[in-house]
Amino acid sequence: MTETAVDITDLRFAWTPGRPVLDLPRLVIPRGERVFLRGPSGSGKSTLLGVVGGVLPAQAGTVRVLGQDLGRLSASRRDALRADGIGFVFQMFNLLPYLSVVDNVILPARFSARRRERAGSDLEGAARRLLTALGLGQPALLARPVAELSIGQQQRVAAARALLGAPALLIADEPTSALDADAREAFLGLLMQECATAGTTLLFVSHDTSLGRLFDRQLSLPDINRARPDAEAA
Amino acid sequence: MRLLPLAARSLWNRRVAAALTVFAIAVSVALLVGVQKLRTEARESFASTISGTDLIVGARSGPVNLLLYSVFRIGDPTANISWQSYQLVARHPDVAWTIPISLGDSHRGFRVVGTNGDYFEHYRYGDRRPLAFATGAPFADLHDAVVGAEVARALGYSVGDRITISHGIGEGSFAEHDDQPFTIVGILERTGTPVDRSVHVSLEAITAIHEGWESGMRAPAIGARPGEAATADLTPTAITAFLVGLKSRAAVFQMQRALNDHRGEALSAVMPGVALQQLWQVVGLADTALLLVAACVVLAGLIGMVTALLTSLNERRREMAILRSVGARPLHVFLLLEFESALLAAAGVVAGFVIAFGAMALAAPLLEQRFGLFVEVGAPTGYDLAIAAAVVGAGLLAGLLPAWRAYRNSLADGLSIRL
Repeated sequence: MTETAVDITDLRFAWTPGRPVLDLPRLVIPRGERVFLRGPSGSGKSTLLGVVGGVLPAQAGTVRVLGQDLGRLSASRRDALRADGIGFVFQMFNLLPYLSVVDNVILPARFSARRRERAGSDLEGAARRLLTALGLGQPALLARPVAELSIGQQQRVAAARALLGAPALLIADEPTSALDADAREAFLGLLMQECATAGTTLLFVSHDTSLGRLFDRQLSLPDINRARPDAEAA
Repeated sequence: MRLLPLAARSLWNRRVAAALTVFAIAVSVALLVGVQKLRTEARESFASTISGTDLIVGARSGPVNLLLYSVFRIGDPTANISWQSYQLVARHPDVAWTIPISLGDSHRGFRVVGTNGDYFEHYRYGDRRPLAFATGAPFADLHDAVVGAEVARALGYSVGDRITISHGIGEGSFAEHDDQPFTIVGILERTGTPVDRSVHVSLEAITAIHEGWESGMRAPAIGARPGEAATADLTPTAITAFLVGLKSRAAVFQMQRALNDHRGEALSAVMPGVALQQLWQVVGLADTALLLVAACVVLAGLIGMVTALLTSLNERRREMAILRSVGARPLHVFLLLEFESALLAAAGVVAGFVIAFGAMALAAPLLEQRFGLFVEVGAPTGYDLAIAAAVVGAGLLAGLLPAWRAYRNSLADGLSIRL
């Protein structure tokens, strides 16, 4: 077990040659830390998350995630690393409309044997525990089609899914931007609590600086990224 | 990896479009299965029309023509053959039996066959099955008639009913031999052959009702009265054709050659099996074309499926990105689409079989009644299952295209949904 969840050195990435989106000399996130990464839209944060998630290949530099050098892994090993070790929550539309709430939450266990193991033999029970911890325990709520849940409820379902099987790293990309201020703080409180319980590293990306004070550390992507992508090429 | 239930749920989420796709495939599969079934049944019923007969002999014509009018009772004979020629063959030492056939009259659209008692004794169909009587017995008196099962069913006849025979062929015949009515003395069991649609009377009866009809219509006041007819010499001067059974099958070729080279009268002798095969080559062409068309319809159904899946891919990019974010590899996305194709094709096949077999069960009585075609609706045959497997296989193959597209999309899209 290495002590860093994310360790980036001299990362460069460009969608079109000659116009780098990312030029990141160094970014280190120790295990268990809860990091707030501030980045306005167009600052390259989605690209960064794609690289850390192992979906986009770094064009230069090294990216180590959970102790693995992504550049040395095959595409399928990177997929396996993401499936086993990283949970994602996006801004909205995180859920598959044709699955029930609980089935959405246990989705990662379908693709990762490790997360299936760690969630225990009773997958549905594990899903219900997480949902209850995130304030979605009512049976009536769980029986509803996910499309009928409020955005805030959907985001909490997505958080439960990202936490199922205790992945080492949780990446949240603007998960609260669709929520109002009260729901935002409530959601964040629950998310942080669950991350602490599971010992999960949290990389939280948002343009909303008011939330930053709740985290162990705040970073600003424009400060650490030497590239200056224009607003269009997010 | 439990992708199959995921594919099923995703399809269920798009169930209207999926149902339409399944329906299109189902209709095409039903068509294919139905056509195939009809082909098999037609061919079987066709080949089983006559068996046990070594030679069919008629006036000089092609084998197919001779087979058509003598056995299938379709079309008209080219010419008659003389009674003398028939007797020559019938008395030949190598000949075990003969069945004379005299055609040209009809009863309410059904052909009348003039023959003798040997018909009921020696005619064989299917797996060498003899004719059997449902009720009654062969004709004994001059004005006795034996009707096939379909004649009796269609016209509601039973033994003892009286019928008249029309001169010529066709339902609208005005020239009735109504001066000499016939009594039905026997009804044959159903055979699934043209025998079912025939009215059988004795050769003598054919001669009797045509007494005085030499000009083609009734000569007034000369026609034999029923009483007279029974006493006159009613040996026919000509018959239409006859079937020959030999004592030894080894003599077939020799006998055939002898008849074809017969100097007295231009005769044709054909082996039923050979003629059936020749006829099937003609009929079979149309039937292969039909099968080809049905196969093309299945292809169209599968193209419809590919189109539906491809057009859905764009709206499903978010779904794919979500799956990727929870750990699905591009290969999973590929397989998900392949499973969807397999499910659609399989559902289409199942629904198609239900439609096909249901329709055949409904249509079977009609087919039997109108075309004398027995369609036995049993369990799917090995061939049916091969069709099913082929369609699902073709569905999987066709599904490679949307699966590949989804695979490429998910590689390019990654976790973010770039629309």
